[in-house]
Amino acid sequence: MFEVCADPKSLEGAAWFACYLTSGTHLSMYWSVLTVLLLLALAAPAALGFGFGGAVMARSHVLPVALLGKGYIAMVRGVPDIVFFLFVPIAVDQGLEYLMHVTLCPDWTEPVRQGNDFVVCPQAKVPLSSAPKVAHDAYAFVLALLAFALVFGAFAANTLKGAMDAVPRAQVETAEAYGMSPAQAFRRVILPQMWVYALPGLSNLWMILIKATPLLFLLGIKDIVYWARELGSSKTQIYAYPHPDWRVWYFLALLCFYLLLTWGSEKVLGRLQMRLSVGQATASGEALRKAGAA
Amino acid sequence: MKKLALTLGVLALSATAALAQTVRMGTEGAYPPFNFINDKGQVDGFERELGDELCKRASLTCEWVTTDWDSIIPNLTAGNYDTIIAGMSITEERAKVISFTQNYTPPAASSYVALSKDADLKGVIAAQTGTIQAGHVAETGATLVEFATPDETIGAVRNGEADAVFADKDFLKPFVEESGGALMFVGEDVALGGGVGMGLRQSDTELRGKFDAAIGTMKADGTLNALIEKWFGPDSPKF
Repeated sequence: MFEVCADPKSLEGAAWFACYLTSGTHLSMYWSVLTVLLLLALAAPAALGFGFGGAVMARSHVLPVALLGKGYIAMVRGVPDIVFFLFVPIAVDQGLEYLMHVTLCPDWTEPVRQGNDFVVCPQAKVPLSSAPKVAHDAYAFVLALLAFALVFGAFAANTLKGAMDAVPRAQVETAEAYGMSPAQAFRRVILPQMWVYALPGLSNLWMILIKATPLLFLLGIKDIVYWARELGSSKTQIYAYPHPDWRVWYFLALLCFYLLLTWGSEKVLGRLQMRLSVGQATASGEALRKAGAA
Repeated sequence: MKKLALTLGVLALSATAALAQTVRMGTEGAYPPFNFINDKGQVDGFERELGDELCKRASLTCEWVTTDWDSIIPNLTAGNYDTIIAGMSITEERAKVISFTQNYTPPAASSYVALSKDADLKGVIAAQTGTIQAGHVAETGATLVEFATPDETIGAVRNGEADAVFADKDFLKPFVEESGGALMFVGEDVALGGGVGMGLRQSDTELRGKFDAAIGTMKADGTLNALIEKWFGPDSPKF
């Protein structure tokens, strides 16, 4: 990065470290922090969306819809997460490629499954094998995101369903007595009030989601855990910056990173809980009311 | 509008033209000097140089992809990349799942490395998961401890978790030379496998033919031997 770094073997002390910590691989590691943050920023709303959909479906009075919602929740909650993380990207990828194959290459006569091999015509590759590396990385990221959203969505669905059911029934009955339709009552009474019940469960999920991001590494995405292991491992003279096994320092940095992230989240979620409790018929709502009255 | 359609058409055509020739080369990037990620973040090493030369000779456009050793074969058969060029020894077991080109390094020695000369080679031996060395250790009756990356196997010996590590001699040599006498070769070298070759999908016979021929020409004109000497030193076996 800097001019002085052209010949790393001649450097010593602080200059060596400055060059070492700004090497190409280290810059990739710093970028991977953004990958993790981006995943969190996208996976949380996506999971909430899946969860909301699942909860509404599970509460539906139409039997097939309710079964679908309940089936989704039960299935994801009942199968080890890791199985889903491995299954979803492969299934979606091969399913997509198969669909593309059938539509784009109708004249292709060879079977898609040949022994161990999964072979589609070159045009059906997602992304195309000629696509730039960025496209491949983005595609892998989107598949991972989908897996995260699916898995965490099921847990969020259960939490949200519980929260929807926790809003006092009397309030909904009152709304109906005023002539609101069930949809109106849901929008105006349940929806605004359910969050206070949902937040403890959702904040749990958020914490677990933060701690689950290293699963990205399992899906072949170079996240901070990959880089910490790769950069921390001992390097021989073949590398520009040889050093002994430094994994412990890299993993220590990871520990600080994750602690900082969860500590910050806890602060924000605590505030949010206070905000949502105002005027609610819950213990914390009552405590707020008393504090305000005094 | 017509112009746009025309441009799109040309783009689509050039995309199809480029389609057939982009070969994705899968490697591990953690096995110096065969393949490793250099400090610029690029794949480097013997196989990088070899692979680029093979692609040039076979007139293919190649792109490098790194993946975990554990999933390197499943990712190939699933079509995430088209070749494995990752210091993979040709063995019968692997040949049941994927097909290999002819070898591009002669069958090479595997060795034990330990902290002392009298290390117990029937004791606890570290090896990387899914390697021929791991298979061999299991057969010798020693207690095998497997690790996901080659570097961890060395770490296990340094911190006393394992009595010795068993791996390709070419991989171990730099670690022994640079350890300042802490690490040393112990016991006899063992010849394993049929040399290192490129792995391809069994259905991909055309591509295998191209790489096979390219390796053949490199063997014939001596460039392969020169590459082996450059990366593995003058004493390593050549063709």
